[in-house]
Amino acid sequence: MLEMALKGRQGYWGLLIFLLAIMGVGFVSYLYQFSEGLRITGMSRDVSWGFYIGQLTYFVGVAAGGVMVVLPCYLHDYKAFARITILGEFLAVASVVMCGLFVIVDLGNLPRMLNIMIYPNPTSILFWDMIVLNVYMLLNIIIGWNVLSAERKGVHYQKWVKVLIYISIPWAFSIHTVTAFLYAGIPGRHYWLTAIMAARFLSSAFASGPALLILLCLIVRKVSNFDPGKEQIRTLGGIVAYAFILNMFFLLLELFTAFYSQIPGHMHSFEYLFSGLEGHGSVLAPWMWASIGFAVVALVLLIVPATRRREDILAVGCAAVIASTWIDKGFGLVIGGFIPNPFGRVFEYWPTTPEVLISAGVWATGFFILTVLYKIVISVKEEVGA
Amino acid sequence: MGLDRRKFLKIVGLSTLFGLGGKAAIDMFAPGELEASVETIPLTAGKRWAMVIDVHKIDETIIKKCVEACHREHNVPDLESKKEEIKWIWKEDYEHSFPGRHHEYVGEDVEHGSFLLLCNHCSNPPCCRVCPTKATWQREDGIVMMDQHRCIGCRFCMAACPFGARSFNWGDPRRVLEDKDLKELNPDYPTNRDYPTRSKGVVEKCTFCAERLAKGQLPACVEAANTVKKDALVFGDLDEPDSNVRAVLRNHYTIRRKPELGTNPNVFYIV
Repeated sequence: MLEMALKGRQGYWGLLIFLLAIMGVGFVSYLYQFSEGLRITGMSRDVSWGFYIGQLTYFVGVAAGGVMVVLPCYLHDYKAFARITILGEFLAVASVVMCGLFVIVDLGNLPRMLNIMIYPNPTSILFWDMIVLNVYMLLNIIIGWNVLSAERKGVHYQKWVKVLIYISIPWAFSIHTVTAFLYAGIPGRHYWLTAIMAARFLSSAFASGPALLILLCLIVRKVSNFDPGKEQIRTLGGIVAYAFILNMFFLLLELFTAFYSQIPGHMHSFEYLFSGLEGHGSVLAPWMWASIGFAVVALVLLIVPATRRREDILAVGCAAVIASTWIDKGFGLVIGGFIPNPFGRVFEYWPTTPEVLISAGVWATGFFILTVLYKIVISVKEEVGA
Repeated sequence: MGLDRRKFLKIVGLSTLFGLGGKAAIDMFAPGELEASVETIPLTAGKRWAMVIDVHKIDETIIKKCVEACHREHNVPDLESKKEEIKWIWKEDYEHSFPGRHHEYVGEDVEHGSFLLLCNHCSNPPCCRVCPTKATWQREDGIVMMDQHRCIGCRFCMAACPFGARSFNWGDPRRVLEDKDLKELNPDYPTNRDYPTRSKGVVEKCTFCAERLAKGQLPACVEAANTVKKDALVFGDLDEPDSNVRAVLRNHYTIRRKPELGTNPNVFYIV
């Protein structure tokens, strides 16, 4: 099937070349970082994780979100989704690749990366995160590829694939739970030290993953003869709505505990993120308020049936969900955990240009893989006349 | 006296020429000495090293001496930028040493007192729990140690440390040898040629001077403080009932940083 990625129209090649160019810029920026060290980023002794780890966290969510088409299809026998499970699985593959790359660019000593496997430490959540993410990627590659090639040949996929599919469903939950545990088990970082962290991660994942999938479905319909389907998009819209409501509900739970208890440690990060702390303004405040703004727009557009069911408005709602969760998780969550620092001081962080260029390179790599995989899917679907 | 490295290599090398292997050869030429040499490394001399800092006894001069002694001993350069700062031991005020304990009516001497902060060598260290490669681990004598040759620079330990004790080499520290401005700040870097400098991309922190303990010397900061005022910093084995630290803890009220987190710090402050 791979050969199908080699035949395409001008738009397809144009997009690939565009992404390649960004990847090139990112790669050159990375070479600069590799030789100078991470000092070219905005990270510091106080905010020792930044944009890279935030993006890792966000894209683990997108990857896990793919399960929201697989689960209804295989556990609830919701047949309509069988048409698009492959889109969810391949989105997961591209997302996990981005996660891996974001970890790689964040490492201070890349040549020693394999020490994680040579001297594994089973009490380290990072070790387990690496395992669950890699296995999840493999599962999705194997499942997606086998199901798609069976579809192409007009036969039913083999029985063992079904076993992997059943494994992949709880596995999707595991990747985001383990990623939440990176943060939720650390003493002394009050913003992260919350039992609801994994639940928050999953709810935002199940909103942002399917939201991106809806946008991708709409694009696929526009550029090809394969229509992911009206019903499918509508059902996904409902899933996004429920998950996003839950996500905002969980945020309110956090705010209640922090501000009703009035325990300073619980309030400080929220105060910093939304207004600033100890007479210190916050570079993140406008972003965090934008995240809330997008969330309100998304909630209105997704809850009101009349707007949710109109695909063009649904698309706007989904874009708002993506923007809101991206700021909250890809930015605020990680940085908020480091401010104030262990001494109660505010030391701010803002990503540098090379840092953003390297991140853009990673995004471009992810979307390059996504484009190629989706191109294959579309070609197969067009071939079998789905 | 045990076998030194040179003698060890000599015996092993020569015996290999004659087709003799490893331990058998040493047993033949220097019976009993291999075991003896392992015993003389005083790794387990202490069971739980601890430090007590008497805030009444330390002042600006002592603090400055401690910080300088430590950073010179371990080749910690001054990198000028706050963002890239590397520090193993440093001065901090009361409010920020013990956030949450502060109140507006606290006495002047405490409020304006200076504290010395360093790695607490916690008995239950979260940094070691989270390290994916065991590049930071707890020794049998309680010291939380760092292997800068294994560290991959993921900085999970920095996120996990509630005491801000860890520093990262955001750039290459050895650039102070070439960079004009930095060279002026650190004219004699590396200040201690018997201690390694670090490379970029690894985490570092206080090791309770493990390399000095191995030679039977006190940590550099303790030694420096003692030259000015006796017992300003007391270092000893918490596991030994008759030790100096136990005596000091018996006779004074002491506090630790963030004990509520359960990491069990081994640096105590007499306030």
